[in-house]
Amino acid sequence: MRFTKAMAIPTYRWPRGVRTGLWFLLIALCCVPFADLEVSSLDPWTDLGRLLQGFISPQLMEPTLVIEALLATLAFAFAGVALAVVCGFLLALAFHHPLMRGFCALMRSVHELFWALIFLQFFGLHPLTGLLAIAVPYSGIFARMFAEILDQVPKQPGYALPARSGYLSALFYTRLPLAWPHLVSYASYRLECGIRSSAILGFVGLPTLGYYLESSFSQGYYPEVAALLILFYLLVATKKLWLRRWTLPVFIIGSPFFMGEGMPIIWGNVWRFFSQDIVPSPLRGSDPTWQSFADWSSNILLEQALPGIWNTLILSQIALAVTGIFALCLFPLISRHCFSAAGRMPGHILLVIARSTPEYLLAYILLQLLGPSMLPAVIALAIHNGALIGYLTGRNSNEIQLRLSAPERRVDRYCYELLPRTYPAFLSFMLYRWEVIMRETAILGILGIQTIGFFVDSAIQEIRFDVALLLIVIAAMMNIMVDMIARRIQQNVSR
Amino acid sequence: MSALTIQSDGLGYGGQTVLGPFRLDIQPGEHLILLGKSGCGKSTLLNHIYTENRDECALIPQGLGLVDRLSVFHNIYMGRLSRHSVFHNLRNLVVPAEARVAEILPLLERLGLSDKCFSAVADLSGGQQQRVAVARALYQGASVLLADEPVSALDGPEADRVMSLLSEHFASAVITLHDVERALRYGQRIIAIQDGALVLDEPAARLSVSALNAFY
Repeated sequence: MRFTKAMAIPTYRWPRGVRTGLWFLLIALCCVPFADLEVSSLDPWTDLGRLLQGFISPQLMEPTLVIEALLATLAFAFAGVALAVVCGFLLALAFHHPLMRGFCALMRSVHELFWALIFLQFFGLHPLTGLLAIAVPYSGIFARMFAEILDQVPKQPGYALPARSGYLSALFYTRLPLAWPHLVSYASYRLECGIRSSAILGFVGLPTLGYYLESSFSQGYYPEVAALLILFYLLVATKKLWLRRWTLPVFIIGSPFFMGEGMPIIWGNVWRFFSQDIVPSPLRGSDPTWQSFADWSSNILLEQALPGIWNTLILSQIALAVTGIFALCLFPLISRHCFSAAGRMPGHILLVIARSTPEYLLAYILLQLLGPSMLPAVIALAIHNGALIGYLTGRNSNEIQLRLSAPERRVDRYCYELLPRTYPAFLSFMLYRWEVIMRETAILGILGIQTIGFFVDSAIQEIRFDVALLLIVIAAMMNIMVDMIARRIQQNVSR
Repeated sequence: MSALTIQSDGLGYGGQTVLGPFRLDIQPGEHLILLGKSGCGKSTLLNHIYTENRDECALIPQGLGLVDRLSVFHNIYMGRLSRHSVFHNLRNLVVPAEARVAEILPLLERLGLSDKCFSAVADLSGGQQQRVAVARALYQGASVLLADEPVSALDGPEADRVMSLLSEHFASAVITLHDVERALRYGQRIIAIQDGALVLDEPAARLSVSALNAFY
């Protein structure tokens, strides 16, 4: 067929959001050659088989121990999150001040395991260590989110109040009641995260689930590992049943009694930590010179911080991209536009399990199976975060009302209707998650991957807390920067 | 023989009956206009006809059903998704096929959208978006048009241009309108719905504006 008039075909440009996504993908691909992604264990399949067999015949270790571990996990989560809610709310009221903003950013940019490692040095294995390890970063998180929620409340009720009503009265009569449901639902979501964090704290020695998981795993008692994991899933999945309005105060008031005895705090240690341990070693002597301090810091920067930062960046960019791909593949499983209610059940179960398994735990298990490389870390981060973002995106897609004449073939429907409609939400979940993935990547170093957490952990083992603290601060700065970049991109995309 | 026969024991949603039992025959070449107050069941009837006769019909729903992040081109192309392979659809989403663009450009020109081919639908005005939905229906190439207020966001002359384009393009049509004059101009047969029943079914030639105003 010929056209009488030659028509100029205009050039097509991908939408801004798509280009942003592709840039992230490209960066991740460029990172791959620098990443150590090999499987170094001799026979990963046998071990995986044994682990799965454990799930078929799970075996409970001593029941009293397990119950104690579960209760301790809940106790640290409830007490830590409750304390953080109170502190976070107070901080949120002053959040508009730039100094406060920076302070909160610093609190939440340090991972709870890093906080635990810090507090361990001076409180020792005392319940306060676990409590603060959760409460401090969560306060920073709550402060930011609560401040955002309080800002989004409709303004008219506040304006309509008589003049000189007073700040507190205005807060309690207008902003707080208006924001209440959102505050509660966010706190409840965070409580779930708190249970995961609390379980993980066991890996550094607190008496929560992670402690027993690690000891069973390292001895190869897979049926015990399976039993503990199943109990953990049940605990999270049945949250709605045991967590009611009237049980909440019981849990919070009861929690201090289930955190274990721990060791008594030696206050001399606390004093020594601040006055000596964290002071850079060249400055500790009687005549510190600038030269020795410069040598000390350049040494740490070149030999530990730089490789740590490099590996953290490489690993987190790859993990971020794989997370995105996972999420885009997973979300149709729970979308009502793709499957019937019954057809969505397997997807829901898969996503619940994947997102309630902490990435640290997944990485630990996969590292045992695949051997030490970045591969298990990438998979672990992508499974947990991909399932979470897949769940959020799927929920977002269920709010879409498709036209009656929407494409019938599932692939067409996914590509032409669901993907373009949910993509903006997906992208903002991803940008929000970027910082979280970076923070987790740093922490996975404790397991032996050479991200910044690896160098922190070795410094602590060598009892060089000055070095450890410097590295933790560097990791925190990285997270704050990523958070700022992510916000910039978000503003740019949604413009 | 009629082009479409629609029969129902009653239509509704949420357990409420909006439209009582009826039978409707649409002859080939017949353009039927549905009139009635808002909420009288026009859209329900239209959606019912569409679900029963998906293969022959092109639908312009009241909400338009455009994907506003995608370009005008892609939204119009969606009218023919089922005619092409999944592979071609995917490829066309990433890199628009020249042949498809060449098919769609003349349509855009007739609808006054020729400079908007690759603009995101979100960046268009309400009237432009409505014309994109019209273009999608035209491009689909079905024989029967089902349109729910297809020109509600267009001004007078523009609305007439789009209506005549639709009338010449489709063999048969069922269109809801709220403009009585326009209904008489473009419909061969007028149906009015009132209190859950089809109360009027007459050739347009026998009706007048004043007679039809009674149904509003």
